Amino acid sequence: MYTSVITDTTLPEVNLGIRGNGHHPIVSIQRLNVYAGNHHILKNINLDIPKNKITVLLGPSGCGKTTLLKCMNRLTDLYHELKVTGDVWIDGDNILKSNDNIAALRQKMGLLSQRPYPLPMSIFKNVAYGIKLKGIYDKKLIQYNVEKYLREVGLWEEVKDRLHQPAVGLSIGQQQRLCLARGLAVRPQIILADEPTSALDPISSKIIENLFKELKKNYTIILVTHVLRQAVRLADHVVFMSYGEIIEEGAPADLFKNPATEKLREYIYDGN
Amino acid sequence: MRVGRIITDRASGFWMILSLSLILLMPVIMGTGLFMKSIPIWEQNSPWQLIFGSDWSPTRGNFGFWPFIASSLYVTILSFVLSVPVCFFAALYLTQYASEKLIRLTYPAIDILAGLPSVIYGVWGILVVVPFISKVVAPVFGSNSSGYSILAGGIVLAIMCIPYILNMLIEVFKTVPSGMKEASLALGASYWESVKHVVVRKSFAGIVSAYGLGIAKAFGETIAVMMVVGNRIQVTVNPLEAGYPLPALIANNYGEMLSIPMYDAALMFAALLLLAIILIINLIFRYLIYKTHIE
Repeated sequence: MYTSVITDTTLPEVNLGIRGNGHHPIVSIQRLNVYAGNHHILKNINLDIPKNKITVLLGPSGCGKTTLLKCMNRLTDLYHELKVTGDVWIDGDNILKSNDNIAALRQKMGLLSQRPYPLPMSIFKNVAYGIKLKGIYDKKLIQYNVEKYLREVGLWEEVKDRLHQPAVGLSIGQQQRLCLARGLAVRPQIILADEPTSALDPISSKIIENLFKELKKNYTIILVTHVLRQAVRLADHVVFMSYGEIIEEGAPADLFKNPATEKLREYIYDGN
Repeated sequence: MRVGRIITDRASGFWMILSLSLILLMPVIMGTGLFMKSIPIWEQNSPWQLIFGSDWSPTRGNFGFWPFIASSLYVTILSFVLSVPVCFFAALYLTQYASEKLIRLTYPAIDILAGLPSVIYGVWGILVVVPFISKVVAPVFGSNSSGYSILAGGIVLAIMCIPYILNMLIEVFKTVPSGMKEASLALGASYWESVKHVVVRKSFAGIVSAYGLGIAKAFGETIAVMMVVGNRIQVTVNPLEAGYPLPALIANNYGEMLSIPMYDAALMFAALLLLAIILIINLIFRYLIYKTHIE
């Protein structure tokens, strides 16, 4: 639609440097502990997340998966009661120790939460919001990118005639895809997805899952879920957690066929 | 048993509808009553004369309400201008930035302020605000104001309305889900940007509504304003001069309304005016909320 007048259509990309080349983990978590008062939420987490794969954090509700996810983009900062210790390395930066530019750090990671939170503005402005935060105000460039990312999540055809209507008017499945488009538009390298299909109907869930399979070519996806079948369908790497600890991790074929611990065996048995 | 449950079910519905009807009928009954009682004054004066006339001499049968309407509007607008930013930023700070400990300390303080009788605000106004205006503010502007002024009324009214509006704004801001703010932060927005673009924008209808209710309450406030505003019948643009708001007119003269011909009808008309203006304010704010939802 806008391509004919665009010469340079790319947005500045967040550079994750040589560490993100596939041989090194894109995220490396070491000795991570999170406390809420006397409650020990995450216990000595050590974890490497491979690049351009879907890493699934699997486990029962309340086991600390979401907290682990929020440590990676420092949304834990919002909760005054949380005390976080240890190291989270992303592209050579220990993000828990550096206070340089949290906004830039967060733009390295797109977040998809349990239920969609469209911002209180139009569909167009929802996607444009993150682009403008990157300092891009060229109208044509914004328009081009809004269309590009709405297409990437398969939403463009559904919303192209009502771009300037409030985003809350979309169905919940469309809203979740809009949130994904909004996250992708800031060109992150990592997508943090916190049970993104838990509020969706099976058809919308399937669309999101299929999108993830496509997106992993260009992005590293860290997916939190408690649904065993979803982990089986999507995971390249599975991290099983329980009560704030990593119990087992590995390739899904090994892990699900030959669980080494009783806890995972039980979870698999109950999940099926 | 089954028949009993059906009867209870019907009866409960009936009582609810009855209660609601009573509430909805109240303004209509009050408005009609005031209108009927003020008919004598309508018969002798045109509405234009009554509303925009400035000559107020009941003994001669002249009833121009403009000085009272103007005073009421002036005091209310002044209080609104003073309380809007204070309430807005205080509510934002309390809901978005403050620690749990500070919130726990603040709520009781706001509740106490909201619960104080207006006469206490009036006394405080006489003891603090009026002398402050006469000794500090008036000399700066070369005025010899006694301090009993529209400004004093505006300040006292603003302070009275602050806890009321603040409580509503806090509730409004608290309804914005934290996930929405987190979504904005995750996109790389700063905390203030997230508050501004997400929390405030999401709350816009609620903010308008809180201010609407606040301004309607302020317009009808009587005792505290009456104690500090000077109660002199005049139309002035100088806030250091005295004014005479509509509610004060009714409260001050209600005891002697039968001693002068037509005076009772005039005071009933003043009450009707008050009701009508508050209704108009509410309608304007309802329209603004409606517009906000559409956009």
